Amino acid sequence: MTTFDDYSGQKPAWCQGCGNFAILNALKRAMVDLDMEPHQFTIVSGIGQAGKLPHYIKCNTFNGLHGRTLPVATGIKLANHDMAVLAVAGDGDCYGEGGNHLIHAIRRNINVTLLVHNNLVYGLTRGQASPTTPQGRITKTQPFGSLSSPLNPMALAISLDCSFVARAFAGASGLPFLKEIIKEAINHEGFAIVDILQNCVSFNKINTFHWYKERAYQLETGYDPTDRIEAFRRSLEWGEKIPTGIFYRNDRPAFEKGITPLQDSPLVKQNYFLKDLQQELAPFY
Amino acid sequence: MDFTLRIGGKAGQGLPVIGGVLAKHFSRSGFHVFTHQDYMSRIRGGHNFYQIRFADHKISCSRDNIDLLLALDADTINIHRHNLSDIGKILYDPEMCGAVPGKELIAIPFTDLVNELDVNHIMVNSAAVGAVLALLGQKLHPFDEIFGSFISQKGAEVIATNVMVAQAGFDYARREWPGQFSLSSPGNDKKNMLMNGNQAIGLGALMSGCKFYSAYPMPPSTGIMDYLASKAEEHGVVVEQAEDEISAINMALGASYAGVRAMTATSGGGFALMTEGVSLAGITETPIVVAEVQRPGPATGLPSRTEQSDLFFVIHGGHGEFAKVVFTPGTPEQAFYLTNKAFQMAEKYQVPVFVQSDQYLADSQWSLSGFKADKVLQEDFRLRGQQLNTLENYQRYAYTKKGISPLAIPGESRHLVVVDSDEHDQDGHIIEDGETRNEMVAKRLFKKIPHIQEEIEPPQLYGDQKPDFLLVGFGSTYGVLKEAVDNLREQWAFAMLHFSEVYPFPLTDKFDYVSLLNQAITICVENNATGQFANLLRLETGYRCNHLINRYDGRPFGLESLLGELYDYL
Repeated sequence: MTTFDDYSGQKPAWCQGCGNFAILNALKRAMVDLDMEPHQFTIVSGIGQAGKLPHYIKCNTFNGLHGRTLPVATGIKLANHDMAVLAVAGDGDCYGEGGNHLIHAIRRNINVTLLVHNNLVYGLTRGQASPTTPQGRITKTQPFGSLSSPLNPMALAISLDCSFVARAFAGASGLPFLKEIIKEAINHEGFAIVDILQNCVSFNKINTFHWYKERAYQLETGYDPTDRIEAFRRSLEWGEKIPTGIFYRNDRPAFEKGITPLQDSPLVKQNYFLKDLQQELAPFY
Repeated sequence: MDFTLRIGGKAGQGLPVIGGVLAKHFSRSGFHVFTHQDYMSRIRGGHNFYQIRFADHKISCSRDNIDLLLALDADTINIHRHNLSDIGKILYDPEMCGAVPGKELIAIPFTDLVNELDVNHIMVNSAAVGAVLALLGQKLHPFDEIFGSFISQKGAEVIATNVMVAQAGFDYARREWPGQFSLSSPGNDKKNMLMNGNQAIGLGALMSGCKFYSAYPMPPSTGIMDYLASKAEEHGVVVEQAEDEISAINMALGASYAGVRAMTATSGGGFALMTEGVSLAGITETPIVVAEVQRPGPATGLPSRTEQSDLFFVIHGGHGEFAKVVFTPGTPEQAFYLTNKAFQMAEKYQVPVFVQSDQYLADSQWSLSGFKADKVLQEDFRLRGQQLNTLENYQRYAYTKKGISPLAIPGESRHLVVVDSDEHDQDGHIIEDGETRNEMVAKRLFKKIPHIQEEIEPPQLYGDQKPDFLLVGFGSTYGVLKEAVDNLREQWAFAMLHFSEVYPFPLTDKFDYVSLLNQAITICVENNATGQFANLLRLETGYRCNHLINRYDGRPFGLESLLGELYDYL
């Protein structure tokens, strides 16, 4: 059995009061519950404050480029499908720079768990609008207010028939719920997106911890996450009431299940050096 | 004996099949063959041609002069008529092209032959192939067999009907147009392979243990993906078509990090998207092989044509400073062995390695006598299994004398593998202090590069060993330069200096090519406008070539036109 301390990593360089701490905490607790040892999983991250997370937990780590978490995670999973693979990204990273990769990761249904630290703003570059910033929000680089309508990640994912779509809220009170959702997402066979609403103490003075706390509620007992139309309807709720929980799930087969060369063993365990050159040359004669 | 057959028509008329089948026929008949394709960036219509040169001796480039032109439309006759050689003839169907007068015209009614047999009109191609073989004094065999393998998916009946139509074309030509060409026999019982540059790169990857290939389709690189996808099931290769080139290189880096040999390929425009990933490979020290198959730019340029204009782009591609290796093979044989060497060096030194080709090399088929298994490098540089488990500590970026840290496979032991695109410490965690930064730059650059440089082969000298005139080139001009030297040596002390390993630039300790350059009149021949290789040579050695010959119309150098330019200069 692993313990919470087995996952102690570097000292976080995040702002005091940042929602990232709750996400890190919930993730470590999820790993304890799943009894997954540090070497048994890999976290891929990009750039932004969320991108630093894997340094603060013990695990195999690929801290790559801004927006490119999902292609790297896909490559790792295809090379070794016995490895649990998580991708961690912020709203700018995943919904902006890497938007194309998100669409196609959902289409593939690669068995990767994506955790999005969604604080509706760019933090590390200091306060510009992100793809999820509410319309009209004035920032230093959007002096007339953010003119584009915000991206709705839940509605996007459901429209693409993503096989696991969930939202949670990062705060001490929501921590057990967030932990359970992360566990469900990791256990899900297929692509899982968990959009995690969090505060940004430095650059988002409106969507604070208390703002979310007053609005976030859990989808009711008896809610049917296999009903795609209902899931889509609920994904459109935003404002006074913000639903959290597992919006939608289906049992589409994971991408790697359909790849013939991966049926017997992970790619990394297979033979690699071909011995018979003449056999390969024969068709050219 | 040295014969050039050019087949021209519209896209969609089946030129690649006719050309492919005939090329293989000549190859199996014992001739040395060289083919090249010239096609427009469209699916139907326009004008394309497929050229097959075959000879009783080794050949390595295309010629400009045509001995037999098979015209499948009227445009072909108009466009290529002026390229006929002294013995040149044009084979055509008056119904397909309209009646054309002239003593060099050979009219054969392919359409009527097909109609008489009451078969599908598309089979006019088979009638034409049959006629070509008869005019050249060939037998219909082994064409019949080869054709079957090209269209095996269409079933035995369709194949048999096509062979019957070919026989009709063959009989008609032999009866009505006897004695047109008399080709001597190849006089060679030993059969050669026929392989193009893309296949050679794909095969090189396969033999090097490449298990993962991700790419976005982009001509002229797509043939590499086609080849590897055809081997995916048999040899356990994951071939994934990515949503864009950014994803393609990042997927390959993910797979490589996870422990398998990985590769991607693209052309210039796609490589533009990949450059941030190249830089990522540089700082994370993740092995990767990238094939960059050039076509003329800027931007979309001439998408289906050839150029050597990305040399500096690939050498400099990727922000920041880090070690990399660039190979520029000139033949499918070099492409095969250098792709193999690319995988070896990528993993040994944990750097990105590039195999740069172009449309001419990618799509040209050469006759090759075979490859040698004992020349294929198959060395594993990863730390795995028991060896990894017995380590007490593991640091992904541990300092070593050569700058090469142990490359462990994540998940194979309790040791964690931590890599970072930020500057990092030996454990792979983010740092910002100047001291560690300097250590890491030294490790990635100054410690590794001298060892890499020792493995870079000097250029190849072909021709006169003490030349008065020296042709300088890199990449796909190899074949035409070589044949130019063969021609010019009759009059002058001529040689070729060909570079296939260009970065880091070869040292002079194994072969002092710089003093050779200094003693000759040098002509640098490049398929680009600015003479990038001549500039690289000057940058690296200080040597300035006497004369440049550049071609940048999207077409490869043909032997006669290059000789013409050389004579003009001489």
